[in-house]
Amino acid sequence: MTERLDGPQAPGGDLPAAGAPSGRPDTPVADPAPDRGGHRLGPSPKLAILFLLPALLLLGAWVIYPIVYSIFRSLYDSTGDHFVGLDNYASIFTDSSTLTTIRNNVIWVVVAPLIVTVLGLIFAVLTERIRWATAFKLILFMPMAVSLLAAGVIFRLVYEQDPDKGVANAVITVVHDTFSSSQGYPGARPRENDQAPAAVQGGAVVTKQPAQAGQPVLIPLVGLKPDLLKDASPAKAAPGDGRGDGLSGTVWLDVVRGGGGTLNQIDPQEKGLAGITVEALSGGAVKATTETATDGTFHFSALPAGSYVVRLPQSNFTAPFNGVTWLGPALITPAIIGAYIWVWAGFAMVLIAAGLSAIPRDALEAARIDGATEWQVFRRITVPLLAPVLLVVFVTMVINVLKVFDLVFIIAPGSVQPQANVIALEMWRVSFGGGGNQGMGSALAIFLLLLVLPFMIFNIRRFRRDER
Amino acid sequence: MTTLAEPRHAEAIKRGVFGRVVDRLGGGAIQVFLVLVAVFWLVPTLGLLVVSLRGETENNSSGWWTLFTKPAQITFENYSNLLASGFSSSFWNTVLITVPATVLVIGIAAMAAYAFAWIEFPGRDAVFLVVIALLVVPIQIALIPIAKLYGFFGIFGSIPGVVLFHVAFGLPFAIFLLRNFFVGIPRELLEAARMDGAPEWRIFATVVFPLAKPAIASLGIFQFLWVWNDLLVALVFADTSNQPMTKALQSQMRQFGTNVDILAPGAFLSLIIPLVLFFAFQRYFVQGLLAGSVK
Repeated sequence: MTERLDGPQAPGGDLPAAGAPSGRPDTPVADPAPDRGGHRLGPSPKLAILFLLPALLLLGAWVIYPIVYSIFRSLYDSTGDHFVGLDNYASIFTDSSTLTTIRNNVIWVVVAPLIVTVLGLIFAVLTERIRWATAFKLILFMPMAVSLLAAGVIFRLVYEQDPDKGVANAVITVVHDTFSSSQGYPGARPRENDQAPAAVQGGAVVTKQPAQAGQPVLIPLVGLKPDLLKDASPAKAAPGDGRGDGLSGTVWLDVVRGGGGTLNQIDPQEKGLAGITVEALSGGAVKATTETATDGTFHFSALPAGSYVVRLPQSNFTAPFNGVTWLGPALITPAIIGAYIWVWAGFAMVLIAAGLSAIPRDALEAARIDGATEWQVFRRITVPLLAPVLLVVFVTMVINVLKVFDLVFIIAPGSVQPQANVIALEMWRVSFGGGGNQGMGSALAIFLLLLVLPFMIFNIRRFRRDER
Repeated sequence: MTTLAEPRHAEAIKRGVFGRVVDRLGGGAIQVFLVLVAVFWLVPTLGLLVVSLRGETENNSSGWWTLFTKPAQITFENYSNLLASGFSSSFWNTVLITVPATVLVIGIAAMAAYAFAWIEFPGRDAVFLVVIALLVVPIQIALIPIAKLYGFFGIFGSIPGVVLFHVAFGLPFAIFLLRNFFVGIPRELLEAARMDGAPEWRIFATVVFPLAKPAIASLGIFQFLWVWNDLLVALVFADTSNQPMTKALQSQMRQFGTNVDILAPGAFLSLIIPLVLFFAFQRYFVQGLLAGSVK
């Protein structure tokens, strides 16, 4: 059984990973490795030169000469007149802005290829179970045809801060508001003097004295613009509770427009604060929770006897949730990686699905009949057999991620570009985008080349092995 | 297999019934999950399309998804404004860059690939290994030196300069793909033609090239998409009068937010042709990815 499973090689398994410039599908290609035995009757080698000449000329002048030139150029300063040795390289590793770009590239390399490969694997395995697999694959694959610039514009729209514009925040605020009904009175607070009946404790507003039975609790707040409450109902005093087993009171804005009014007393022009969460605490524990009515009154009925303080928890005073700041300095790199995954997951899925279709069905079937669970089949048979394809996808993604440029350039707003910066972008910025330092630019380009060098060797080794 | 427990038939059968129930339920969950994923992948592009079809005031006051409840918002004004503003010239620049860059790569790479596959010459394997090595070279390495070179020859900023850059950096992949296809062509076909005394260029043109159509189609679509979608090369080597759509749109990014009525239709126009090509030729696209199957 084991032998047979290892027999047919998954397509893609013997492919070198071809990392191409950004935007390009870095397609691994299998080598057919033909039998090239004794050669007879061939054309003269001179003819080969004629066939190869245009290609070699272009490759020599546009690719190989620049590598040599860049090595020398990177040893000179920005004007190109003064030899500075390895100073440009040293400053890559000392300058704090280039260190940020290196840190970002590390994040990219660690996170993006892994997620893309794992998602590709999951989608490839799951699409085998559905009838509309072709449609699904086309949908996921489609972003690969789209320019990274267009993908960048698409995700700038997705990540718009305003939940009325950006679909990401629109979805998140809807979900958030379903689970939390905070009205939000940011800035509201009690007066900070001895007469004020309540004070701030750890973000919440708590009454200073325990409530007296039958006596309404007054919680006057300030710090809100009266304009905000133009349409709110006037505050009312809570009716005293005759039976004495309840607890009631009023939360209101103790400010009269244009001045006047009595402090800590409900004046007729003053507005009640509706929808505030109110908690009754006894011995530090919450015994009951209620909400204020439109006129600011609240009422706890049937509280067990005891001494209570009233607390308005912090949630009342936090700003209404307005979505996530995707394009701020903190989340910018994860946000761009999200867009990158959107672009590349389909590529991984298609390659892995092709590898999957080469796995002999009866091997999986036999394992299932032997009582293996789906997870065991996946873990013990599918994944090991797919390992070569997974490696090719992963390596291709690493090469691609090292050169990531367009998405960062387009998605990161100018003000956060220093925080989102990556090596390929910094290289462009330093040499063409206003930096004017081609010595440094060349050093960064060579640095980038050194980073992909291991994969160059990986490709060559793979090819030579397959050719044998 | 060896790691799994021994077969126990009674259990296997029991699991058969139970397993089928689980599969049903699991199958439903998989359907739902994949539908959600598909929606997740479609929504961003759909958003771009809808935004491009709404007026500026609508886009500033409400989300694009409100279009589905108020379809009357649809307008083509953004597109007509965009085309009137001279965006069409950058569209033609994109075409003028992409078509020659694709045709040249196919022609030049096919010749080289033919030599690598079917003409024996000393050092062939070593030279081909160099081509493979060049597959991963980042284009950043060439930006500064080629800019200098173009300045020297006076083609900096011109369309031919951009085209040649794309051709050169498209070649390693193109040669690699085509050479691997060519070596798979049956030797007898070529030898028969050589026996007949056909000159090598005619064998190339009449035997190999027609046989290689699927590989050339794969290569063509890759190269076309790569060049059409390129931003970096255009950013450095194309001046404003020769800039393709990507560069024209990039220059609008700085004011993002105030000019969605330009960016959204522009981005959509730039992606519609690649998308149509992709759907028309997706078979070759996938084949190109899996070139191993074209043995």
